[in-house]
Amino acid sequence: MDFLNALVALSNFVLVPAIAYGSQLALGALGVTLIYGILRFSNFAHGDTMAFGAMITVLVTWWMQSIGISFGPLPTALLALPFGILGTMLLVLFTDRVVYKFYREQKAKPVILVIVSMGVMFIMNGLVRFVIGPGDQRFADGERFIISARDFKQMTGLREGLAIKTTQGITVVVAVICVVALFWFLNRTRTGKSMRAYSDNEDLALLSGINPERVVMYTWLIVAALAATAGVLYGLDKSFKPFVYFQLLLPIFASAIVGGLGNPLGAIAGGFVIAFSEVTITYAWKKVAKYMLPESLEPSGLAQLLSTDYKFAVSFVILLIVLLFKPTGLFKGKAV
Amino acid sequence: MKKLLTATAATALMATTAMAGGHAKEVKLGIIFGFTGPIESLTPPMAAAAELAMKEATDSGLLLDAAKVTPIRADSTCIDSGAATAAAERLITSDGVNGIVGGDCSGVTGAILSNVALPNGMVMISPSATSPALSTAEDNGLFFRTAPSDARQGVVMTEVLMEQGVKEVALTYTNNDYGKGLADSFQSAFEAAGGTVTISAAHEDGKADYSAEVGALAAAGGEKLVIAGYVDQGGSGVMRAALDSGAFDSFHFPDGMYGAKLEENFGSEIDGSTGQLPGTDSPGAGTMVEMGEAAGFDGTSSFVGESYDAAALIMLAMQAANSSAPGDYAGKVMDVANAPGEKIYPGELAKALQILKDGGEVDYVGATAVELIGPGESAGNYRQYEIKDGKITTVKFR
Repeated sequence: MDFLNALVALSNFVLVPAIAYGSQLALGALGVTLIYGILRFSNFAHGDTMAFGAMITVLVTWWMQSIGISFGPLPTALLALPFGILGTMLLVLFTDRVVYKFYREQKAKPVILVIVSMGVMFIMNGLVRFVIGPGDQRFADGERFIISARDFKQMTGLREGLAIKTTQGITVVVAVICVVALFWFLNRTRTGKSMRAYSDNEDLALLSGINPERVVMYTWLIVAALAATAGVLYGLDKSFKPFVYFQLLLPIFASAIVGGLGNPLGAIAGGFVIAFSEVTITYAWKKVAKYMLPESLEPSGLAQLLSTDYKFAVSFVILLIVLLFKPTGLFKGKAV
Repeated sequence: MKKLLTATAATALMATTAMAGGHAKEVKLGIIFGFTGPIESLTPPMAAAAELAMKEATDSGLLLDAAKVTPIRADSTCIDSGAATAAAERLITSDGVNGIVGGDCSGVTGAILSNVALPNGMVMISPSATSPALSTAEDNGLFFRTAPSDARQGVVMTEVLMEQGVKEVALTYTNNDYGKGLADSFQSAFEAAGGTVTISAAHEDGKADYSAEVGALAAAGGEKLVIAGYVDQGGSGVMRAALDSGAFDSFHFPDGMYGAKLEENFGSEIDGSTGQLPGTDSPGAGTMVEMGEAAGFDGTSSFVGESYDAAALIMLAMQAANSSAPGDYAGKVMDVANAPGEKIYPGELAKALQILKDGGEVDYVGATAVELIGPGESAGNYRQYEIKDGKITTVKFR
């Protein structure tokens, strides 16, 4: 019984939140890593692209709610998501046409593109706040929980509760679908293969007749879809607030770099490494230890390795260690 | 030529003396607020309120044998201690004020107190400096404030929780001066009262994910989670995560967590949670708003009532001591502010002056229900509320 209690407490406060958070980071990091692998620059505007996609979805969700469309127990936002993706695609294609294309044709150095993407970031940032305002917006509806802590306790008779939010479940399911679809696309379709070829060796790909503009366009379209999805899932699970997406940029980049920039598999692994390290290293093990250890060994303190103040430091220490000993990341990516 | 100069100087001197003699019944009060700087939008109504009190005393003709009270404004800038010190120095040495209403911001107030007021033995009553550091600053009994110290809320919070029988809480605070200061003052007050703070963890505002914080808070446990944060920032995020994971279902909110969002976003999920924020049900607050309207300033603006009260207290203390010398009346400030005596509300200064003149006692309530405690600072008034059926319900004022 005690063992089960410990397991449930651990799942409730560490495993479930970290898996959901990790999935969100992984989706974000996938977008960053694709841009890096194919277009060869670090896209700082990615966080705000997510915010933009989420914003369109929020607006469409509100509209749907106002005319009475709902998705049963699931959040209406899932129905609105395709519109969000479409809006984001238009936005990124537009920025690519008016901004990035100019620098690409000039064969600008990656560092210039990074700075350019920062400019784009600030503009998108302003755009989102201008349209929807800087405050918190609520758009989640439907069932809030797959199982709530109280129900779980009643069902099992355990002392610890386990809560799984609908949004956490959806996040993981959608993330898995996205990843599977992405890998199928990259490995099995002609366009996907041409994208990988372009990523591996640009000149060779050009010689074999691949149209670079098409590759660039498909990359942006996929990135837009990933970004909008990640943004919406994140907003559903926590809350939609433009500034938070800007803050999310750091853990996303950390995930992509830890995993190996340019390597999609690495981005996913990186997302989970960062999420788990943030949650586990700062977790106070007192509760779990209380169930697992005999009374005499029970810790009097919190049994917390590091105060939660340091949770961001943790992810960046991991980032530094990885870069020092394995500059290409955990999975072989490109050196930064 | 030399003689002529001396003569002129002598004449001028005599003239000045004569002038001063003619106005022996004039009382000058300095008003040193940041008329320029970060709170320049707040200070005009504050100064207007202080001047309104002075005008009231002058018009009554009862203060110290019909003395005329003249306000003299000076600019504290709110942030530049050097400029504030110079301005205060000018008030005392060149304008010859009998008391100072101010300063406004805590930093410059401390600078004026130690550099100017103390060496010159001048009484200062600040309406808006709330830093806990000023409670322990050396002041020789010359410094008072009509605003409560931030540390006070920690004590009030402890009282609220203790009355509910809550002995063990987890504490999280927003990682800035406000959150940290409040968390520290609460923790020491709560532990002194026999309670236990199981964990005190900071959270950053506007961050992505609070599961790590909530995990730690939940492991530490406690009957309630005290969130010293902001309702439209990380505070709500932590609360959401705590509710969703079933870690806590009852909370306590200091002033930063008060807002319509509590009802909108959480509602009956947090039934039984409690909180407090500065507020008073004293009738003086309403009177102040009406008086402000009549005089052409906004009586609801921040620290307006406190400013009126600060000026009124100085004048009432003068009347009680029957002297406008700071050294004489400093000791009377606490007497006129606190019981026993007739309760005095804004607009009743004439009545108070009359009572004091006749040798009676007054208990100045004023616009903000002033009650000076400890080192001469307002006890502060707090509205205690509880979430009932998803609505914020006032329990009482304390």
